[in-house]
Amino acid sequence: MSRAPSIEPAVPARRDFLGRVGKGLGILAAVQILAVVVAYLAPSRGGAGRGAGLVVAGPVGEFTPASVRPFPAGKFYLVRLADGGFLALSSRCTHLGCTVPWSQKEQTFPCPCHASTFDQRGDVLAPPATRALDLFPVVIEGGIVKVDTSRRIERARFEPAQVTYL
Amino acid sequence: MVPAAALPLQRTFGLGGAAAVLFLVLAVTGALLLVTYEPSPERAYGTVARLVDEVPFGAFVRNVHHWAANGLVLVTILHLLRVFYRGGHLPPRKGNWFVGLALLLLVVGCAFTGYLLPWDQLAYWAVTISTGMLEYVPVVGSMLLRAARGGADIGPATLARFFVLHVAILPIALLLLLAFHFWLVRKVGGVILPADAGDPAAPRGPLVPTSPHLTQREGAAALVVFASVMLLAAVWNAPLLAQANPGMSPNPAKAPWYFMGVQELLVHLHPAFGAVAVPLLALALLVALPALGGGERPSGRWFGSPRGARLALAAAALAAVVTVAAVVANEPLRRARPWFPGLPPAVRGGAIPLASAVLLVALVAWVSRRRGGSRLEAVQAGFTFVAASFVVLTVIGVFFRGQGMALVMP
Repeated sequence: MSRAPSIEPAVPARRDFLGRVGKGLGILAAVQILAVVVAYLAPSRGGAGRGAGLVVAGPVGEFTPASVRPFPAGKFYLVRLADGGFLALSSRCTHLGCTVPWSQKEQTFPCPCHASTFDQRGDVLAPPATRALDLFPVVIEGGIVKVDTSRRIERARFEPAQVTYL
Repeated sequence: MVPAAALPLQRTFGLGGAAAVLFLVLAVTGALLLVTYEPSPERAYGTVARLVDEVPFGAFVRNVHHWAANGLVLVTILHLLRVFYRGGHLPPRKGNWFVGLALLLLVVGCAFTGYLLPWDQLAYWAVTISTGMLEYVPVVGSMLLRAARGGADIGPATLARFFVLHVAILPIALLLLLAFHFWLVRKVGGVILPADAGDPAAPRGPLVPTSPHLTQREGAAALVVFASVMLLAAVWNAPLLAQANPGMSPNPAKAPWYFMGVQELLVHLHPAFGAVAVPLLALALLVALPALGGGERPSGRWFGSPRGARLALAAAALAAVVTVAAVVANEPLRRARPWFPGLPPAVRGGAIPLASAVLLVALVAWVSRRRGGSRLEAVQAGFTFVAASFVVLTVIGVFFRGQGMALVMP
């Protein structure tokens, strides 16, 4: 009888402790399972090595100044500006991802989905798009124009430094 | 036994029952479609084309699935409106309102994930622009986009994800939640009855046996729904365009009709507002409706009272006029130079229009209160304004947008 007061507080304390450990382990297990599911479902980072997305566009002379040539397989347009510089514009609208066509008559890229319009340099002429068309790096080696479609460059607007010259 | 007063069609218009019937039709036709379909980008379109061209009744089964799916989205939205305008979101049915909202999201999720599966131009581009909206969620947007698509673009990973969601995860969740939804309806004693149905001694009025009185009515309603879907499927084919071509967006490229209201907003607003802020606010409003009621109980009448009905009607009419005027007025404006070029686009094309719209909704509720409406009726008028605007935007998006999303006559 006299021992009862000394034991009683000990039992709830132990239960309390074990209960907390149990809860903690439960949460840990749930987090682990969640992490496994997330890692399993996470998109793989483009595994292709360097140079995998390199598209050979052709010799420089094939592209007249102030012209736009589509490369549907690479999902880009190779633009030669009036001053002879090259830009590779992604054909994916920066608004919601539709593919923009080139309108020779209007000299613009009008998006069919939400009517965003881009000029020859990819700059936004009409919203709702908020950014200029993405770029792919252009390299000119031995008079041959090549575009690296594995490296997408996002930009706010056109700047002269983005143009590649001979 | 059920109250005799619960039986007339105008209590519910049988919308909840119709949704349940459509779900069953979808489960059966879905199982049939599953036998012939292969979820890979190389094979999906071919299997659907073969189903339509060669399998006996293949096109018909697909049509039934198509019309039942679109019908389910429509009926679920109508059911939500019916419940709201009869006070079904108020205590003691408040909990079931939230279950119903979750069911609405699951229904739209089922319809949307199914949209991609045929892998034709319509599917590919509708899902491209719908998932593209995720990119404008602040901070985690591009992560969400990649998670939904399983990569930067729509591809095999997207199809695999959507397929599993469409045929397993979402329908199972829907079925479980549906059972809970029904159980909560039973628990509260069925549908809302008119206040004057019975005397104080028996507030629910005289009772009649459930079978045949309720079961025969439900059976007849189910047959009408079933027959309507079969008729639609026999007359109109589900669309199947050319195989998906990532290199060319059709012009115009439109989202599924239940997202066209949002797509119409996207033409006008900064994407962070059109794709994220406005839809989230609309959802928040639906969640907040029970709390905005201030603990009042349903009156048992449509729209609360005849005055409530007049206020709601006026709000809907005002919304139609304001929305059409705003869309038409913005057509030349959005191509012109902005009025305040110094302001950032998110403020000019997002925060200012949204704040104006919210103010307008508050004004509608305030005027309704001044015109003698109860608190509940003022909230109802405000919600009606929002819902009607969204309906008008959807109609404009579906029928009045042509090439390059220019305004055209249908």
